[in-house]
Amino acid sequence: MTQISVTINGKTYTKDVEPRTLLVHFLRDHLELTGTNIGCDTSQCGACTVHLDGLAVKSCATLTVQADGAAVTTIEGLASNGQLHPMQQAFWDNHGLQCGYCTPGMIMAATKLVEGRPEISDDEIRHGLEGNICRCTGYENIVRSVKAAAAQMGGGV
Amino acid sequence: MYPPKFEYYRASSVAEALALKQQHGGKFLAGGHSLIPVMNLRLADPGVVIDIGRLSGLKGISRENGTVRIGALTTHAMVAASADVPQALAEAAALIGDPQVRNRGTVGGNVSHADPASDLPTVFTALGATFHLQTAAGTRQVAAADFFTGLFETALGEDELLLAVTVPANPGGSAYKKLSNPASRYAMVGAAAVVSGSSATVAVGGLTPHARRCPSVEAAWAGGSGVEAAAAAVLNDLGDDILGDIHASADYRRQMAVVYVKRALAAAQSRAG
Repeated sequence: MTQISVTINGKTYTKDVEPRTLLVHFLRDHLELTGTNIGCDTSQCGACTVHLDGLAVKSCATLTVQADGAAVTTIEGLASNGQLHPMQQAFWDNHGLQCGYCTPGMIMAATKLVEGRPEISDDEIRHGLEGNICRCTGYENIVRSVKAAAAQMGGGV
Repeated sequence: MYPPKFEYYRASSVAEALALKQQHGGKFLAGGHSLIPVMNLRLADPGVVIDIGRLSGLKGISRENGTVRIGALTTHAMVAASADVPQALAEAAALIGDPQVRNRGTVGGNVSHADPASDLPTVFTALGATFHLQTAAGTRQVAAADFFTGLFETALGEDELLLAVTVPANPGGSAYKKLSNPASRYAMVGAAAVVSGSSATVAVGGLTPHARRCPSVEAAWAGGSGVEAAAAAVLNDLGDDILGDIHASADYRRQMAVVYVKRALAAAQSRAG
């Protein structure tokens, strides 16, 4: 076991983990933060996307020990004071999901994608979400949601 | 999916990393975006993992004496965003995986893993890059042509660590074009070209066990052939070891090599001015 200390959604956790514990399992199984989903297990589908020190990463291809000392944000950490994050609200308003399985990863990737890009184009959104797969093929409304949120966020976070 | 069990060591210096490797064996871990997926799939079970991910001295891009030095821990996102690296290299880095993968995956991890479907080895081969390796006993430099030796095989010794890759800062016009697997974005065919005056260096990857130079294309170009004729010569450079799978047969990839070498040459030529 290796002791790690990691700040998740603003709260610091100090825990002993087996070195082989993937970050996604740490979040889901150790902390019961089950909003982050496991889709493909092979770092292709993006359902497990979280923010690690401000960057969108795939938590199924990251060891928890690699996140020692880092700050992690998951889908559970996006809303503040009972208010959905503009990206979450835009997915709601634009019906940016069907089954919803890919949605947490889509939202975590999209929030980083639109940082500093309030006028992001459809093409840039599609290209920027290459690492996230929606098996309901709901991409049209996802792109619409991300575009609406980008305008709403005005380049901010 | 959990990786198989392993002993974990975190190095706080290059010297410590090399000492740990000598003592325990196993594998170095940088960003982990090649190693962790293959461990998850049980294609690798190193037993010992030595984390070099926090050796900040190995991270970054710097220019020195006409060359650009790319530290082994530099991420693909950093290379893609760099104005200091040759255009082909930034172009290739921007095509690796997806944004999340590029945020974690490193140049050193990529080339040490030496996946035949990888992009950077092809560009480094065309650029005539130099690989800087270190053991406890000292350093050595290996040319790209000698670094990639086979399918997932490199010149790296058991106790050796890749510190950095250097490339010429101003090699001429350069470009990288690839036919991607639509799901994984791995290259089914990748072509890199560097054009300077009347000479060109060209390499292909993705369809060969490791990236390799294309002497027939380069000779045709030097002999005054245009883009079309020079690219067609790539068929003379491809032996009978062309890779094929359910996504693209060997014969299809062979034909696509002509197309992508053509695109890379044309783009490199236009960038050479």
